[in-house]
Amino acid sequence: MIDTAGRKAPASASRGPVLDRRSLTRLTVIVVLLLLALFALPPIMSAYYTDTMTQVAIYSIVTLGLGLLVGRVGLYSLGQLAVLTIGAWVGARLLFGTGQPYILVLIEAGLVTMIIGSLITLPALRLRGLYLSLITLMLAGGVSVIEATLNFPNGGGGFSGYNGSLLHIPQIRRPSFAGTDPAFYRFSVIVAIVMFLLVFAHLRTRPGRAWAALRQSEPSALAAGINTTFYKLWAMALASFVTGVAGALLAGADRELFSIDFPIQNSIELLAVVLMGGAFALTGAVIAAFLQSFLPALLQNWGIPNDWLIILFGIGVMQVLATAPGGIADQFPKDMKRLYRQISRLWRKPAAVAAVSAGAPAETSVGKGGGAT
Amino acid sequence: MIEVKDLTVRYGGVTSLDGMNLLFERGVCGLIGPNGAGKTTFFNVLSGFVRPASGTVTAFGDDLLRMAHFRRARWGVRRTFQTEQAISALTVYDNVAMINSKLRGAARRADIFESIEFVGGGVSPWVKVGSLTAGQRRLVEVARAAAGKPRLVLLDEPAAGLPDAETEHLTQVIKNIPAHTGALTILVDHDMSLVSAVCETIAVLDFGKLIASGPTAQVLRDEHVMRAYLGTAQV
Repeated sequence: MIDTAGRKAPASASRGPVLDRRSLTRLTVIVVLLLLALFALPPIMSAYYTDTMTQVAIYSIVTLGLGLLVGRVGLYSLGQLAVLTIGAWVGARLLFGTGQPYILVLIEAGLVTMIIGSLITLPALRLRGLYLSLITLMLAGGVSVIEATLNFPNGGGGFSGYNGSLLHIPQIRRPSFAGTDPAFYRFSVIVAIVMFLLVFAHLRTRPGRAWAALRQSEPSALAAGINTTFYKLWAMALASFVTGVAGALLAGADRELFSIDFPIQNSIELLAVVLMGGAFALTGAVIAAFLQSFLPALLQNWGIPNDWLIILFGIGVMQVLATAPGGIADQFPKDMKRLYRQISRLWRKPAAVAAVSAGAPAETSVGKGGGAT
Repeated sequence: MIEVKDLTVRYGGVTSLDGMNLLFERGVCGLIGPNGAGKTTFFNVLSGFVRPASGTVTAFGDDLLRMAHFRRARWGVRRTFQTEQAISALTVYDNVAMINSKLRGAARRADIFESIEFVGGGVSPWVKVGSLTAGQRRLVEVARAAAGKPRLVLLDEPAAGLPDAETEHLTQVIKNIPAHTGALTILVDHDMSLVSAVCETIAVLDFGKLIASGPTAQVLRDEHVMRAYLGTAQV
């Protein structure tokens, strides 16, 4: 018996989880898209869209953090924008106050945000659902009040680094290798990739298992000996860390920060786009960032008032809650597959087209509806 | 060996366990009783979900009630639930690997594979639990319970709702748990054929009190037990 176990176990152990065709396709698509984003886009993008895409890269880290909390642990936080503000503030203060390399500042801002974010949410960890959301929304309100009093650093002295009587406000510095807008865009994409890999590594190991157990069945997690409070705190800490890094990145991207740029209602908008993009998949975070940062820029460019977005997001969230709990990240590939099946059926049997559309009207309409989503 | 003394659990005004005394030595032991007798409450006390009003539980010389729930898992308490609790979004391997045990590194991985192999039933490590049959998902839970050197395995109606063929396989697996892991296994089930096929000793709970315990055949013939639980008909 020992012999059998010895022969079989290492064989399956060394192979590890098999990379099937579907995940291989997905991986290829992701790599190609990233290469396009890094090398093909910067030369052809206007200054306006370079700026917008930098925001998309940065906000994808924010939605990554929120998606982790919502999708993996079931913590509906409305305070992530406040956490981002903390990261931006710490990043700006360090960039003005010290001559440290930018990357070091990113990590430090992430760590400080992680500590503050975890400490503030510590008492809220025993809460779930609506109560947690309420507490985090209050936290967001509190932070924005403090922020408005303290102001963002603008090269002044003291703890706050703010000097209200400055006539010429110095810009927040960028890393020497990413001084121009396209270079900073590339830098932001790379930082975002690193943050996604960090979260991915977590999801694939012990904390990921613990979070999956927590989400589906807390009794089962408890019985397996998972310290639920500890792993909830861990998720909160990780989300705060990546959001803090995003904040420090935002400081360099915007070069000037003002508290009016971070209104509380954006926290709610952030949760809406995360739900629409898909909280259960990492790609959902990228889609959410596009909804959050790219769509408004696009509408503005077309001369459509931004207020329409609120209505659009409202409808979008309703659609997600009603029909597609996995969000666009989950729904879009399914719809595409369905569409492909429809088209390939038409391709293979041109003669049977009439029969198909007459015989299965329901299926055809589903395919069309999917394409529109 | 597990020894329970004067265990009392109250939910508000309801006394769920009323001064329960119990001693299980080894092997697979059955705990039976009508609905509401306190069987699941007893499991909840052992796994740390419910704090008893009074009483002690000593397992292999250690005071279980003094440990936090996640320490109990490290110590060796394992548990399955009446409702299915395997995590469908994860693979079988990840489901078993969830257990907080004292094993580390290669020994831990080998133990996980061994545990999955032990339950058999066509369950392989890298498939998502969501794609398995109900019986296989139950086996994943048993594999989790058998992983990481358990000392006390609690099975709460593991065969509920399973087709006969799968129940038969599960019966064999449960029977082998003590030999495979060395753990004392406590089985709660309403299926008398499963209980009598698997358990050497059984105890009967009624209204939170132990009314009989001993070798399976003897207890099932007991007059009080028949009246309380099985009715007056022959088993």
